Amino acid sequence: MSRRTLAVVSAGLSQPSSTRLLADQLAAATRDELVRAGGEVELRPIDLRDHAHDVVNNLLTGFPPPALRQALDAVAGADGIVAVTPIFNGSYTGLFKSFFDVLDAGSLVDRPVLIAATGGTARHSLALEHALRPMFAYLRAVVVPTAVFAAPEDWSGGTAEGALRARVVRAGGELADQVRRRPTAAPPDPFALTTSFDQLLAGGDPA
Amino acid sequence: MQFGIFTVGDVTVDPTNGREPSEHERIKAMVTIARKAEEVGLDVFATGEHHNPPFVPSSPTTMLGWIAARTERLLLSTATTLITTNDPVKIAEDYAMLQHLADGRVDLMLGRGNTGPVYPWFGQDIRNGIPLTIENYELLRRLWREDVVDWSGRFRTPLQSFTSTPRPLDGVPPFVWHGSIRSPEIAEQAAYYGDGFFANHIFWPKEHTQRMVGLYRERFAHYGHGSPDQAIVGLGGQVFMRRNSQDAVREFRPYFDNAPVYGHGPSLEEFTTQTPLTVGSPQQVIDRTLGFRDYVGDYQRQLFLVDHAGLPLKTVLEQLDILGEEVVPVLRKEFDSLRPAHVPEAPTHASLVAARAVAGPAAGSTAAGAGTEAGR
Repeated sequence: MSRRTLAVVSAGLSQPSSTRLLADQLAAATRDELVRAGGEVELRPIDLRDHAHDVVNNLLTGFPPPALRQALDAVAGADGIVAVTPIFNGSYTGLFKSFFDVLDAGSLVDRPVLIAATGGTARHSLALEHALRPMFAYLRAVVVPTAVFAAPEDWSGGTAEGALRARVVRAGGELADQVRRRPTAAPPDPFALTTSFDQLLAGGDPA
Repeated sequence: MQFGIFTVGDVTVDPTNGREPSEHERIKAMVTIARKAEEVGLDVFATGEHHNPPFVPSSPTTMLGWIAARTERLLLSTATTLITTNDPVKIAEDYAMLQHLADGRVDLMLGRGNTGPVYPWFGQDIRNGIPLTIENYELLRRLWREDVVDWSGRFRTPLQSFTSTPRPLDGVPPFVWHGSIRSPEIAEQAAYYGDGFFANHIFWPKEHTQRMVGLYRERFAHYGHGSPDQAIVGLGGQVFMRRNSQDAVREFRPYFDNAPVYGHGPSLEEFTTQTPLTVGSPQQVIDRTLGFRDYVGDYQRQLFLVDHAGLPLKTVLEQLDILGEEVVPVLRKEFDSLRPAHVPEAPTHASLVAARAVAGPAAGSTAAGAGTEAGR
């Protein structure tokens, strides 16, 4: 099995961040599952905090500065994506949304995605189903069935930690399974010519 | 190689004093800038075309006709003429008329326009941007090259036995550039016809320009118009200069920080690194501009944006003095010495007339008027 890549996107704002921690656990669970099946895995962690100014600049100018370009390329070229955000006001953070807003159109089509979130109370947990899952459905990504929410009690030890661990392992297994089913990802090239001039002259719309 | 300026024609508040020029002032400033361009020895003045505030140049051939009457050598062009929302019949007529009045000192650059609401004001839909561009330009070419045209298409009422008048000067249509930032179909269109390709270049990372020009050159050769390095390429550039680079940065920063398009976003330093914007000494502009050749190859036309973001007219005229006195003479000499002999200059009316004489009278229109010719 060839070398697979996982982009691990975390929109946590504090350092250290429980969002980053959850992202890392999910990435490790996915990697372990792929490695167990005989694959090699490269993790590409992306902390959106590091790109916050660049994301806003991209929204204003229409193009990403070099460091953000690298991050966007890492996501567009990944075989699987772990996407984790804190929940603010009942939804993903603005930074999380803006990052995916500046990703080239079509980048996530048929791309396996594992969604997860952190929040100050378990009452936020359905934001995963009401906000994140529809956004990735719009992008035509393949979102795995298990979405993982970590509330404060999940980090406090005891049985709660065990329950989170079980969800992380299950979600990672689902993402690994979707990655395994697909050939290595190739990001779309926006400058590639996809039609002949004769087709254009004949009234054909560009793809 | 041709050097010139292109203007968007924006009415923008001067952020240093809060003053907003009237439309009348801005229009008069644009033509003053054009005349100054000729005075300082530049080759080309190109105006944008817009149909929404805060932009004034909705009627490019009116403006260019006025400039033509008050200049002798300046080549008049557009950046860009909207091939999507203008009727190609009117483009054929207007620019042929301008060509006669300007004694051939005319070419034009076609573009789609990226403002969605403008399209329906002219009965069109931005979602048809590329198909409109393809169909309208194909018709425009026929109107300039065939005396009597029968035509029907998807976007315009059919034409029966239609003759676009006046016929192009000397039977030679104006040279056409196709402008696009990142639509490969437009590079393909320019290559297919052997027309020029203009990369806006400014406000975007150089990688866009490099990819688009590379595609155009490759397809230009594919369609048999010459080798890739013989394709006709134009580039935009954006500069602000003072003798000391620190003075240039200090003076331009408030205009940069508040500019339309990129203002309130990246810093001047970031944008200067990430796009062709150069703010500094004349020598820095020379070095940066010569560097464009490293990623697009030898090219034929360099247009600078110098008059946007609320810069006062006096400042713009000073920029033109610096361009004409210190920058362009050096660039002209350096680019000319670097360019191999088999790489052509940009076509002009005179060169197109001469080329047709070599090719024989069979090609093109039969209605060659007895025109004078000019242009360099």
